[in-house]
Amino acid sequence: MLKFKREIPLHLMILPGVILLLMFHYIPMAGIVIAFQKFIPAKGLFGNQKWIGLDNFDYVFHLPNFLSVINNTVVIASYKIVLGLIVPIVFAILINEMKNKRFKSLIQTTIYLPHFLSWVVLGGILIDMLSPSDGLVNKFIKLTGGDPVFFLGDNHWFRFTLIFSETWKEFGYGTIVYLAAITGIDPNLYEAAQIDGANRWKQTLHVTLPGMRMVIVLLMVLSLGNLLNAGFDQVFNLYSPTVYESGDIIDTFVYRIGMLDAQFGVATAVGLFKSVISFVFVSVAYFCAYRFADYRIF
Amino acid sequence: MLARLRVKQFDWFNLINIIILSLAALSCLIPVIHIAALSLSSSTAAATGVVTFWPVDFSLNSYDYVIKRSQFWMSMLVSVERILLGGGINLLLIILCAFPLSKERTEFRARSFYAWFFFITMLFSGGLIPWYMAIRQYKMLDTIWALVLPGAVPVFSVILMLNFFREIPKELAEAACIDGAGQWRILWVIYVPTSMAAIATVLLFSLVGHWNSWFDGLILMNNPEHYPLQSYIQTIVVQRAYSMLSREEIQQLATISDRTLRSAQIFLGSLPIILVYPFLQRYFVKGIVLGSVKG
Repeated sequence: MLKFKREIPLHLMILPGVILLLMFHYIPMAGIVIAFQKFIPAKGLFGNQKWIGLDNFDYVFHLPNFLSVINNTVVIASYKIVLGLIVPIVFAILINEMKNKRFKSLIQTTIYLPHFLSWVVLGGILIDMLSPSDGLVNKFIKLTGGDPVFFLGDNHWFRFTLIFSETWKEFGYGTIVYLAAITGIDPNLYEAAQIDGANRWKQTLHVTLPGMRMVIVLLMVLSLGNLLNAGFDQVFNLYSPTVYESGDIIDTFVYRIGMLDAQFGVATAVGLFKSVISFVFVSVAYFCAYRFADYRIF
Repeated sequence: MLARLRVKQFDWFNLINIIILSLAALSCLIPVIHIAALSLSSSTAAATGVVTFWPVDFSLNSYDYVIKRSQFWMSMLVSVERILLGGGINLLLIILCAFPLSKERTEFRARSFYAWFFFITMLFSGGLIPWYMAIRQYKMLDTIWALVLPGAVPVFSVILMLNFFREIPKELAEAACIDGAGQWRILWVIYVPTSMAAIATVLLFSLVGHWNSWFDGLILMNNPEHYPLQSYIQTIVVQRAYSMLSREEIQQLATISDRTLRSAQIFLGSLPIILVYPFLQRYFVKGIVLGSVKG
C-alpha cells in the first residue's frame, strides 16, 4: 500500500502525455474504421456511417495507377535506404581520416546544414536551381556542352533527382552516429595494426569497419521499417502531374484522394494498407534489432 | 626511422580526402548562397540568369516587398507563437513522461504497460485521414492548438530523455527520498538540473521541428491567415498559388522579378536555422548519439 502511494505521483506525471497520445494516436488508430465505411464527414468520426465492407479496398486495388504508386514507393524508398546507409559510412571514414581538427569540424558543421532545412525551403531552392531554362545546374551542364535536363519534369530523371537530393540532404547528419562509433574504437588496435605493417587502407578495412559493425547492422535493420516511407515532404514539394508516373507515392496518393478529392473512405483504405505493411516491417525490424543487437528502445 | 620515411612521402590520400570533403561541404553551402545572391540582386539580373554566388546589381527591393506584406508578418507571428507554445509544451511533457518511464519495474510497477503504450504509437498509425478527422472532431481546425497538440509528445525525444535520466546515479534520488522528498521534488530538484544538456537537445529538436513544419498548417488551417511561415512559403514558392495575392500585389509583382521575390522568402524561411544551428551543434550531436545507439 505504501508502495502504491509512492507510485501515484508517477502516474500523475505521465497522465497528460498518455491523454494526448490517446487523443492524437489511439483515437485515429480506431478511426481506421473509415476504411470500411461510405464516410460522410458531416456525420463525424464514429458517427452513424454506412458500412460497405471491403468496397473501398476493391475500388483502390482496381485503380489503374495503384500498382505504379506502390512500385514507385518501394523503388524510391529502397534506393534511399541503401544510399542512406552507404554514403554516411564512407563520409564518416573520410572525416575520421582528416587529422586537421579545425578543418574537420568546419566540414562537419557545413554538411549537417541541409538536414535542418525543411523540404519547403529546399524544394523552393531545388525548383529554382534545377529549372531547365535558367537554373544554375543546367547552366553548368550547358557550359560543359551538354543538353539541359528537366530534372523535375522528366520521368526519366525524376526518381534520380529524388534519391540524389534526399541522400545529399541527409548524408552529413548520418555521419554523426558512425563517427561516434569510430571514436569508441580502442586506439591500441590501430597501433597494433601499424606494427603489423598495415597501411591506412588496411587499417580502415580491418580495424575501423569492424569497429563500426554493430552500429551498421543495427541501423541497417532499423531502416527496414522505412520501406514504404518514400519521403512525403520531399515528393510533395517537388512533384507535378507530369511526373506522377515515376514519382507518385502512397502518401501523396492518399493526400490527393483524401484531402483534394474528399474520398475519405478510399484514402483511409490506402493509408490502412500502408500502415499494416509498415507495421509488419517495423515490428520485424525492432524484433531483429532486439534479438541480434540487444537493442532495446525503452 | 619509419616516421621519417612517412613524412617525406607526399600524402596523396590526404590531398584527395581534402578535395572530396571540401566539395561535399560546398555542395551544402552553394544552394543557400545562390538563393541569397538571387534575393539580393536586381530583378533584371535575376531574370536574365547572370547571378551565381554573388549579388549582381545589388538591390533590396525584394525584401522591401516581403516585409511590407501583412500576410508575411501574420505567418511569422503564427510561427513564433507555435514555437513558443509548442516548444514549451513539448519540453514539459517530455520531462514528465520520461521520468516515470526511466524507473525500474520494481520502483514503478506499471512501467512496462506505459512503455508499450508509448512504443505502439511508433509501430502503427491510423494514417492521414483518421488523424485529420479526429482533430476536426475536436474542433481544433483553424486554431493554434491544431499545430501544437497533435505532436505534443515526441516519443523519440522521450526515449532520449529517459536514457539520460537513467545515467543519473540512483543514490542521489535515494538520499533525497530518505530526506523526505517526494517524486515531484526529486524530479525538479535533482533530475532536471542535472539533465540540462539533454534538455537543450530535445528542446532544440522541438524548436527546429516546429519551425520547419508546414504540412499540418496547410491542411489544418482553413484560413491562410493562420498559416505558419513555412506553410505560407509552401503556397507561394512551391505551389505558386497566386490566388492568395490581391490585385495590387500582382501589379506590384510585375515590377519585381518573381524570382528574386521567391528567393527572398526562401532565404528568410531558412535564416533562423542557419543563424542558430552552428552554435547548438554540440547539443544535437550528443543527442543523436544518445538517442539512436546506446549501451
